[in-house]
Amino acid sequence: MSVPNGPRIITSRFDLADGHTYAGYVRTNGYQSLRKALGTMTPQQVHDEVKAAEIQGRGGAGFPAGVKWGFLAADVHPRYLVINGDESEPGTYKDRMLMELDPHQLIEGTLLACYALNAAQAFLYVRGEMAVAQERLAQALNEAYANNIVGKNICGSNFSVDITLTAGAGAYIVGEETALIESIEGERGMPRLKPPFFPAVKGLYMQPTIVNNVETLANLPYIIGKGGGDFKALGAPTSTGMRMFAVSGHVNKPGVFEVPNGVTTFRMLFEAPEYCGGVRNGGDVKAFIPGGASAMWFFPEHLDLALDKPTVDKAGSMLGSGAIIVMDQGTDMVAACWRIVRFFARESCGKCTPCREGTTWLERVLKRMLDGHGRPEDIDLLFEVSESISPGLAWPPRQTTICPLGPSAVSPIASAVRRFRHEFEHYIEHGRPIDGVESPFVVPTASHR
Amino acid sequence: MSRLSDERLKIADEVIGRFPRKKSALIPLLHLAQEQDGYVTQDAMVHIAEILDLAPAEVYGTASFYEMFKFHPIGKYCINICTNISCQLVGAWSLLHHAEERLGIKAGSTTGDGLFTIEDVECIAACTEAPAVQVNYRYRYRVTPESFDALIAELEDGKLTGEFPPHGTLATIRQETTEAWSNRGTLEQEQVDAR
Repeated sequence: MSVPNGPRIITSRFDLADGHTYAGYVRTNGYQSLRKALGTMTPQQVHDEVKAAEIQGRGGAGFPAGVKWGFLAADVHPRYLVINGDESEPGTYKDRMLMELDPHQLIEGTLLACYALNAAQAFLYVRGEMAVAQERLAQALNEAYANNIVGKNICGSNFSVDITLTAGAGAYIVGEETALIESIEGERGMPRLKPPFFPAVKGLYMQPTIVNNVETLANLPYIIGKGGGDFKALGAPTSTGMRMFAVSGHVNKPGVFEVPNGVTTFRMLFEAPEYCGGVRNGGDVKAFIPGGASAMWFFPEHLDLALDKPTVDKAGSMLGSGAIIVMDQGTDMVAACWRIVRFFARESCGKCTPCREGTTWLERVLKRMLDGHGRPEDIDLLFEVSESISPGLAWPPRQTTICPLGPSAVSPIASAVRRFRHEFEHYIEHGRPIDGVESPFVVPTASHR
Repeated sequence: MSRLSDERLKIADEVIGRFPRKKSALIPLLHLAQEQDGYVTQDAMVHIAEILDLAPAEVYGTASFYEMFKFHPIGKYCINICTNISCQLVGAWSLLHHAEERLGIKAGSTTGDGLFTIEDVECIAACTEAPAVQVNYRYRYRVTPESFDALIAELEDGKLTGEFPPHGTLATIRQETTEAWSNRGTLEQEQVDAR
């Protein structure tokens, strides 16, 4: 199987022993794009290149970064940039790599964004549970400050900006941009209502704020170095550039791959020897999740779709955070569905009733099925509760809540119960999975609450 | 039960100086307190409230939202075993069960000697390296029951103290504030706040 080729843009230093150091970064042309921007480009020109690149945000929503920057309230200062390094969507593994293995690339991207936006300060928020990423970024920032790359009069120019490194302390919801802002303000990480609190208008400290994902910013040195048009040409017109995807689950070689965006298909990723090398034990795909636990599931009929935003959106799911989870024929779909719902139930911040109560109910109903206490009415009950969180169980989900966390818990139910209803019915009737499917539990699940 | 030491107060001052508003230093200061005592003590929360001009209840209000802050002593080594979907698909529950048997405790509790705590945690961003485990927020990948036992033995023998600092210590390298700090954000924010 031949697969589309492209250069490694943001993963180019991953194999270097010193790729995370200032010396290693500078030796491999690091900070050249920053010097180019400060020396030869206006902030508007930097913004224009990012617009021309048409790079879609890599955090989950896929909104074009250049357009997002354009929403920043004009002439209101101070304005801030917040870097979202709170990677925690189940299945997602790429931002942590970028922070640990090439922290200077992220710093350069951050500085380019601050220059384009004329931001006064950037806040680099790293997930609390990532000790090594925090260390690597602290080291890199200290080196960058010592070399006049960050801080006062950067590289001898009249542009000054600071980057404050800060860490979370364990809360998935803080990946939502307004909750992240609350967390930086020292509050409980609960999302704000939009409107009025669109970050670009009223964000951090009620000032205009742009929140960008780590991978999005890591691409900026390439975009400014080579030009937005060059970046765009690497992928499909509808999903530009290169993009990182993490493929986990039942494949022979799970891994994180930087591939041409929009043209590579799911089948290529799963089967090609240079990627995952097929489903384990020569088996077949039963279902796969194309974009993190919040996404609707895909099935074998979706294997030949390209990893292209409009293609995947149209098919009823999302590429989200680039987290692809493969389940083979032996997978217990009731257990898989329960585990994802438990995640959302645990991580609900509690602000909105449909999510706080609904996700907990859903988890309990699925749990009693797994424990052999399912009731005949439970499948209807799952749909009824799901409807209260996300009316119509449609895609994209409708919300009765401030943020999409609650509706995300409905995705595995809408996907798994509709497609594998017989597996749920079998659990209700017999208290165990159907033949040919293996329960992931070695002991009754009750002990694992 | 202790307030922040003088040495940590100095670090706290630097951290506060990197934000336009004091309260933004709350979570970083709670991490400093946890680093000092292994968990967040009541005295430390009262002290942080004094430092940041907050009520102690505001400090606890924020602290209690976040999973990583502990309000009672836990093991020297906090072992987080991920059971989320990517790890569940490749045997995380068997691994957790094995860990519980090996250490004689259930997930969420601490061994009698105060050495180990096991937790059944959500995704820790190592999905392609499943089943993934963290010891004090540092990783071990593709963990098997055998490699888990070897890890425990090495931790018991004190062979891994360099790789895994005691629970509470997060990053061992900190950001520093130097002369190169521009302070532009704080200065611009002060102008707005003064209006």
